[in-house]
Amino acid sequence: MQYSAKVMDHFTNPRNVGEIEDASGVGTVGNAKCGDIMRIYLDIDDDDIIRDVKFKTFGCGAAVATSSMATELIKGKHVNEALKLTNRSVMDALDGLPAIKVHCSVLAEEAVRAALWDYAEKKGIKIDGLEKPADDIHDGHHEDLGECD
Amino acid sequence: MPNTIYLDNAATTKLKPEVLDAMMPFLTERYGNPSSVHKFGADCNTACEDARRSIANLINAKDNEIYFTSGGSESDNWAIKSVAYAKRDKGRHIITSGIEHHAVMETCEFLAREGFEVTFVGVDNQGIIKLDELKAAIRPDTILISVIYANNEIGTIQPIKEIGAIARSKGIIFHTDAVQAFGHIPIDVEKENINLLSASAHKIHGPKGVGMLYIKNSVRLLPMIHGGPHERKRRAGTLNVPGIVGFGKAAELAKASMEKNNAELIKLRNYAIDRILKEIPYSRLNGDRDRRLPGNINISFRFIEGESMLMMVDMKGIAASTGSACASGSLDPSHVLLAIGLPHEIAHGSIRMTMSEFTTKEELDHTIEALKEVVAKLRSMSPLYEDAVRNKEV
Repeated sequence: MQYSAKVMDHFTNPRNVGEIEDASGVGTVGNAKCGDIMRIYLDIDDDDIIRDVKFKTFGCGAAVATSSMATELIKGKHVNEALKLTNRSVMDALDGLPAIKVHCSVLAEEAVRAALWDYAEKKGIKIDGLEKPADDIHDGHHEDLGECD
Repeated sequence: MPNTIYLDNAATTKLKPEVLDAMMPFLTERYGNPSSVHKFGADCNTACEDARRSIANLINAKDNEIYFTSGGSESDNWAIKSVAYAKRDKGRHIITSGIEHHAVMETCEFLAREGFEVTFVGVDNQGIIKLDELKAAIRPDTILISVIYANNEIGTIQPIKEIGAIARSKGIIFHTDAVQAFGHIPIDVEKENINLLSASAHKIHGPKGVGMLYIKNSVRLLPMIHGGPHERKRRAGTLNVPGIVGFGKAAELAKASMEKNNAELIKLRNYAIDRILKEIPYSRLNGDRDRRLPGNINISFRFIEGESMLMMVDMKGIAASTGSACASGSLDPSHVLLAIGLPHEIAHGSIRMTMSEFTTKEELDHTIEALKEVVAKLRSMSPLYEDAVRNKEV
């Protein structure tokens, strides 16, 4: 298994690590059982622009790199633009991931959507195309499945 | 301080210069086939028989009980499948442990799909097999007990003599995968009632691609590789002469230095374990503190994941291993760490550092400092750690 130079760069020097106090939205996805948890904090202004974004991740090199890349891709964007982030766009931006690590990019996409959902809930608005995240560390989604994927 | 610190000796070891010197002539001018009648052949045959003697000496076996193979996995496959097929009219039940190497575990699972029944006996939280459970698992149709001599991940040394006595009293064949133990700790196949034993050269500073299966003379075993009359008609194929000669030399060196090396290794190991547990909070030792291989250190750090830990220490020039899923090519953490009762998230946060006689205290000190930095950095990035701080658990 070999990581791309971009993955190694984002693992070695992850962008936007940290927390945001009183964040506009926070999303946590993944499961410790499966070895990766991502949490994304968003600071969103009145015009729905993501002014700042931070992340914390428990997981492998790819989990850290995909979180880092996802935060870079949505920083400064309108929430509608951020909603367009897919695991594919995260992977492409990282010059690909080993097959066994693709789920990390899915988790990064889910983490962004979970944070946006939290923002929408807090603000009492509905964002078109955004559904309640199915995957959350508190609902034991992975454990129900009995396996990690 | 050297540029790189190698702490993955359970994966493989550095070839000793003396071993390479012993092998070189057989990679160059002494290229005969040991089966040939002429002098080229006889010369190589003698060299292989000398190696066989050195290897037999290390475990108190007879020369003609050592059969060369391509390595530990072949030996495990051969021992287990061939007992199963040879004895299937007597019974179809096999007992093994829950902490075997994949070469044993997967072979047993293969046989289970072929209509054999396999009982995986549990281990306690230190990784020692539960002898009561083992005894209780024995049935009239049990044909084989296979238990790893010392575990490759957590280094736990099993009560092999007791297991051998149990197997003997019931007339059951006893195999042990001794890949991590052979040449590292004293083994006596006679006293320990071992019928079959797998070992490998590259774990004892020998070359890769060569191993052996000890087959006690009273045990009849089917060949796994059919062909010529090599290895007393039990394992066909032209002998890997340079590999075998290197294996023999490595075994000879291991025997000569084992006692002295181990006294030093155990001191270093305990020093490193004590320092890590004391200086890095929320760390735990995996496996039994005393009944463990002299060179094995396996520690879990809470709130962080093993692969990222490995990658970060690798950047600091330190080579180690982990039981985390992310590094194993699967998505579940090590079955060994789960078998000793670790929750998944703590199993994911394990690091294995395995030393050799070349490991120095200076290297360990450097590694511990690196670990302190890496663990702190990863915890500062960990949502699990953040939650633990928020909930005042740490």
